[in-house]
Amino acid sequence: MDFEFSEDQQAVLDAVREFCEEELKPKAEETDASGEFPWENLRKMAELDLFGIPVSEEYGGLGMDFLTWAAVGMEISQACTTTGAVFGAHMLAQYPLMLFGTEEQKRKYLTPLATGEKIGAFGLTEPGAGSDAGNVRTSAVLQDGYYVLNGSKIFITNAGPAEIYIVIGNLRPDRGARGMTAFIFETGYEGFTIGKNEKKMAFPSLPNRELIFQDAKTPAENVLAGEKRGFRVAMQTLDVGRIGMGIGAVGVAEAALKHALSYAKERVQFGQPISAFQAIQVKLADMATEIECARLLCLQAAWLKDTGKPFEKQAAMAKLFASEVAMRTTTQAVQVLGGYGYTKEFPVERLMREAKLFEIVEGTSEIQRLVIANHILK
Amino acid sequence: MALNIKEELCTACGLCVRVCPYEGVVVEGNTAVFTERCNLCGQCVSSCPVDAIVVELPKKGDVDTSLWSNVWVLAETEDGRLKGGTIELLGQGRLLAEARGCALEGVVLGDRCDELAKDMIAFGADKVYVVEDPVLARYRTGPFASVIAGLIHDRKPEMVLISATPQGRDLGSRLAARIGAGLTADCTGLSIWDEEPLLLQTRPAFGGNIMASILCREARPQMSTVRPNVFKKPQADPSRTGAIERVAVHLDEKHAMTKILEVIREEGGEEVNLADAQIIVSGGRGIQAPENFALIRSLAEVLGAAVGASRATVDAGWISATHQVGQTGKTVSPKLYIACGISGAIQHLAGMSSSDYIIAINRDPSAPIFEVADLGVVGDVFQVVPALREELAKRLAE
Amino acid sequence: MKIVVCIKQVPATTNVRIDPETNALIREGVESQVNPFDENALEAALQVKDGYDGECQVIALTMGPPQAEAALRDAVAMGCDDAILLTDGAFRGADTLATSYTLAQAIRRIGDVDLVLCGKQAIDGDTAQVGPGVAEHLGVPQITFAIELSLEGRKITAKRMLEDSFEVVECRMPAVVTVVKQINDPRRASMKNVLKARKREITRWTAEDIDADPDRIGFQGSPTVVWKVFAPEGRKGGRKLEGEVGDVVHALADEILEIRKGLSTA
Repeated sequence: MDFEFSEDQQAVLDAVREFCEEELKPKAEETDASGEFPWENLRKMAELDLFGIPVSEEYGGLGMDFLTWAAVGMEISQACTTTGAVFGAHMLAQYPLMLFGTEEQKRKYLTPLATGEKIGAFGLTEPGAGSDAGNVRTSAVLQDGYYVLNGSKIFITNAGPAEIYIVIGNLRPDRGARGMTAFIFETGYEGFTIGKNEKKMAFPSLPNRELIFQDAKTPAENVLAGEKRGFRVAMQTLDVGRIGMGIGAVGVAEAALKHALSYAKERVQFGQPISAFQAIQVKLADMATEIECARLLCLQAAWLKDTGKPFEKQAAMAKLFASEVAMRTTTQAVQVLGGYGYTKEFPVERLMREAKLFEIVEGTSEIQRLVIANHILK
Repeated sequence: MALNIKEELCTACGLCVRVCPYEGVVVEGNTAVFTERCNLCGQCVSSCPVDAIVVELPKKGDVDTSLWSNVWVLAETEDGRLKGGTIELLGQGRLLAEARGCALEGVVLGDRCDELAKDMIAFGADKVYVVEDPVLARYRTGPFASVIAGLIHDRKPEMVLISATPQGRDLGSRLAARIGAGLTADCTGLSIWDEEPLLLQTRPAFGGNIMASILCREARPQMSTVRPNVFKKPQADPSRTGAIERVAVHLDEKHAMTKILEVIREEGGEEVNLADAQIIVSGGRGIQAPENFALIRSLAEVLGAAVGASRATVDAGWISATHQVGQTGKTVSPKLYIACGISGAIQHLAGMSSSDYIIAINRDPSAPIFEVADLGVVGDVFQVVPALREELAKRLAE
Repeated sequence: MKIVVCIKQVPATTNVRIDPETNALIREGVESQVNPFDENALEAALQVKDGYDGECQVIALTMGPPQAEAALRDAVAMGCDDAILLTDGAFRGADTLATSYTLAQAIRRIGDVDLVLCGKQAIDGDTAQVGPGVAEHLGVPQITFAIELSLEGRKITAKRMLEDSFEVVECRMPAVVTVVKQINDPRRASMKNVLKARKREITRWTAEDIDADPDRIGFQGSPTVVWKVFAPEGRKGGRKLEGEVGDVVHALADEILEIRKGLSTA
């Protein structure tokens, strides 16, 4: 067993860390407060080839692996949680194209996503199809060389700024998962519009918007993986998506720990830094240990994926554990900072609100536990 | 150190003769030869088109250190006056010279230097070497380094002190490389070592996170560039007397290596930017009401300082957020930070505790700001600040 | 056109500490980076190359232990055409004089160099002495603290940043120019270039390769020695003034004016 990154991976990580420290982190508060999509950050990331890390060079990617992607994602998320979330959601559009795209589809859609020229989004969730992902009601009909969709998707991350969407529709809404089909949509397609942005408890700069299909047309060749294979596309996409959410959560948790550590070393009470008190030390030690576990689980899931082994269980575990660690860690970080932690002067209260997202999106903790139970009870 | 001419390469072109500031080289027959006036300034070496002149720098241990004595201060001038750093060097140089029982000598180069030389004496020099030439009117690396390198070889000072200004750093390093001397940059401490009669040079490194003490055992002179504003300026004593020695040089504009096209002065007048400010006056909740920022502003104005503020005052809407210093505001490190009515909450300290010098004015003697302040005034901001403003205005007008 | 950029590998932070027992620098766990000012020098060189009508070669040069190769790879990833590492046990212990001699010897060996660029100083030593030293050893003009740089034919024009003014200076190539941070915003290497740079061959030269005089390199060629390093005193509460407002204000004004005087003459 080898826990070392390869030299190539390390070189990439070093460069990414420097970029994150110097470019993303100093503006993280501003990025969050602005309510604006972090275009500037994303443009810089595109220049650095950070969008197509596991995509082959043929399609404009870096030709590396998901392990590197995961490690890079943690750095980005730690420096700027909003940018990290965009980075994670972007993969949800790329991955199904990598897995199921035809040569033509890959060239046309995967390439601009991998180079970062365009942002991608993935649309599965509907008002009636959240945890019950097989209940997709957005109907699809093939007519005159176009699939025509009607219905809507909600909470779609990156919706609006994204230009390429992977959308799950249903050829047989009455038959649930068996009629589900994946389609590629581009911004501006007839009948396809973006609805309102959700007002959330955190991440005001991260769009989570509605996709509205009113006789929305996508060319017949934009069906992905073939008709009625949409449920499979969705499930396999979510497997990688879970690793993505796990790394986002680890980033949030690590950011909280860093703030707690530096505060604990500086804050003096009873004549000494509070880091000298065991009550604080215990908290910090627990936070660090849990984060390390979460990190390793995420990396292990990515590594399994890279080596072609089953990784679905680990991906669910990584997402479940990392998101819950993020929640615990950020809560403890607020506690370490005490009154200051509760104020908006320090970012830990924001991180605490952000952490909650990860326990909910792309399969709630409850769903992850079901997935894991299914695997271990098989 | 020695200069040698490789006769087999020399074409007797005479370029070295023209560039030599000291008439130290002549052409005889089909080769250049050094005269006894050569003082090893090295100017000819780089001028030689065929690399026929070779420098032999001294090896470690080759220098007879007993031949080198006296402390030198190289003057830096601006608008016909000595710069502050030079005056400080004369003060510290005086102490070093007394500790070594030798003379303190100044060197001033320019187009008109009489007054400058007299000033150097008034500030403590026993003797001043004056080199005047139109080519030296404004500092340039090439001519200054050559003239001074020659002087150093001729007179053999034991120590040479230079201000660690852009000019001093530019000159010092060129000069040290020319003559093979040891040079320590940006010293903040200079003394005679207690173990041997050497110059002990202390300087910050790693951005001030560590200090290093440096010695130059064998090479001479021992050279330092010295950070301005560290040593005290001595009082001028116009009655002091000292010798002034004029040194004749022959310089040609054509060989100056660089040409100054323009000098651009910074424009002042605008409101001082917090990040670049050398002095910041900040107000905190202790000033009690928004209109009282006028007090802070007027103190800042007298000092040419920027106005800072604590988060409490910004949140209360007393002043705009662009003035906020601290965790969520700006991090500043001015030379002087004056905190008025600021208690020193941890998030404020995070933004200003790397200031060079902190003065705190606060009514509460247990306020945390006093734990980082170099100088604390326990008192009422409303009494101290206006009175201080008046006092400063009065003295600055004088 | 051939440009050499002298770079230095430095600790990634200036926040280093001293072991209170041994007074040695604690270097463990401190990552390395290219000296930030040298990144500006690299950027300046690459901008010259980008705008140059004709062939222009940019070579990164450093002296250091074998690990310093990483700094050169960073330079190659940014876009340098070549990189040379001067590494030899005999170079150890070099002060700024020996370092500048060594770099100058390598530049001679490279040959036909038109322009040498350096950062104004390194963030570890903060001396600003190596660039001018290289210029002296090469016998060429130096322009230090450049905030603007332009080339026209064989002529270099640069704007120098002084304490409270700027000076526009001109000289002929070859020359050494040292640059300040404000001159540009260094480009970041893309990951593709980072990976490519990892596979690049980095030239290594020893003292013999550059025909260095053994008496002028390393410890032997260094007139200065570090006698000791120590931690500066931390910030502690200083003096407190109490008493009559008049007296307090008088003392305060003394202190403030003393500091302010230093500033205006600096």
